[in-house]
Amino acid sequence: MALTVQDLACARGPAQVLAGVSFSLAAGEALILRGPNGAGKTTLLRTLVGLTPPLAGTVTHEEGALAYAGHADGLKSQLSVAENLRFWAGIFGTPDIGAALTAYDLRTFADRKAGELSAGQKRRLSLARLLVTGRPIWCLDEPTVSLDTENTARFAAAVEAHLAKRGSAILATHIDLGLPNARTLDITPFMAKGLPASNPFSDDAFGEGST
Amino acid sequence: MRSLLKRDLSLAIRAGGGFGLALAFFLIFVSLVPFGIGPDTGRLSDIAAGLLWLGALLACLLSLDRIFQLDWEDGTLDLIATSPLPLEAASALKALAHWLTTGLPLVFAAPILGLMLNLPPAAFPWLIASLFVGTPALSIIGTFGAALTVGIKRGGLLLSLLVLPLYMPTLILGALTAARGGQGLDATTPLLLTAGITLGSAALLPFAAAAALRVNLR
Repeated sequence: MALTVQDLACARGPAQVLAGVSFSLAAGEALILRGPNGAGKTTLLRTLVGLTPPLAGTVTHEEGALAYAGHADGLKSQLSVAENLRFWAGIFGTPDIGAALTAYDLRTFADRKAGELSAGQKRRLSLARLLVTGRPIWCLDEPTVSLDTENTARFAAAVEAHLAKRGSAILATHIDLGLPNARTLDITPFMAKGLPASNPFSDDAFGEGST
Repeated sequence: MRSLLKRDLSLAIRAGGGFGLALAFFLIFVSLVPFGIGPDTGRLSDIAAGLLWLGALLACLLSLDRIFQLDWEDGTLDLIATSPLPLEAASALKALAHWLTTGLPLVFAAPILGLMLNLPPAAFPWLIASLFVGTPALSIIGTFGAALTVGIKRGGLLLSLLVLPLYMPTLILGALTAARGGQGLDATTPLLLTAGITLGSAALLPFAAAAALRVNLR
């Protein structure tokens, strides 16, 4: 198993959002997270990649296997498209950005400043970064936002190619990407609404209305 | 690691970056002093060393909130935190980039501005030496403060309040070095103590900054 999650409980700020999440993901497999707005898809992804420590439970994967792409594009508007990618290539120690530029058809504006791109083009650049990371498990939060149909298909093709190379992906998305080897996980049953907040990280001294 | 430093430096130099802001502030601050104090060269000469250090400190303070705030706003900080680069190294590199773009230019500008304040000739080498070994501490302590306040909307005020007391020892010892040098006394001891603050903060504060970032990214 590339990724195993056992009995995971996650919190966002002082409130517990999810409880008892368990699933596993094999190499070459995609998992689509579904759930209404506010269900905790983002929180789950942030807990998986280690940005937020879990309240309980375990996330098991190989060290340095996860690559994260959140709501924000994480681009520097003063740098060109190629410079943005080269920066991440340097951080992740991968020498080549050519494949990433080609996969999302970014070559024509490789020298344009990222700040001059449209929202959809920025998103494509942000997704191209995942190819530069060279990591096997992608954790994607609403990856298709502001992409048109052509580029959504391009993204689906990139994920498919990634799965074919024994990579895997967890996607929080509302659209059907038509991925071949995908399972769907509805996180609604794991929502922790109404559970008392038991967050050891909350600090009551600074909380509102604490008594 | 080199790519983060390279990116931060090129971001600072390009339009909209922080480079030049600190330098311009330092220039304005020092050139206005004679108008506020009066043109009495003797009086200016007495306070020149302290004023130059104070100006450098305030100029440094001005650009601190940019260190992590911009990366936090556009989501880059999340991505750096999930990258192979440890946050400790990222904090140290950010401090280094901040020093190279704010502290180091001030070291070169200070002697020229010292002339305007009638700084005693004997004080020049000590001023340059004390700024050279002391301003890195300002950047490192400031990076720690920026890490503590990242994510707070308009956290600049809180950042200044947190960082100012931590800047006190560096200011006192740095200014003392230049002042003693100006009076023809031996200033080795305060200079070594200033260097000690820089080395101590370089050894400890990147870890504290990384811990603060981890809490703020939750």
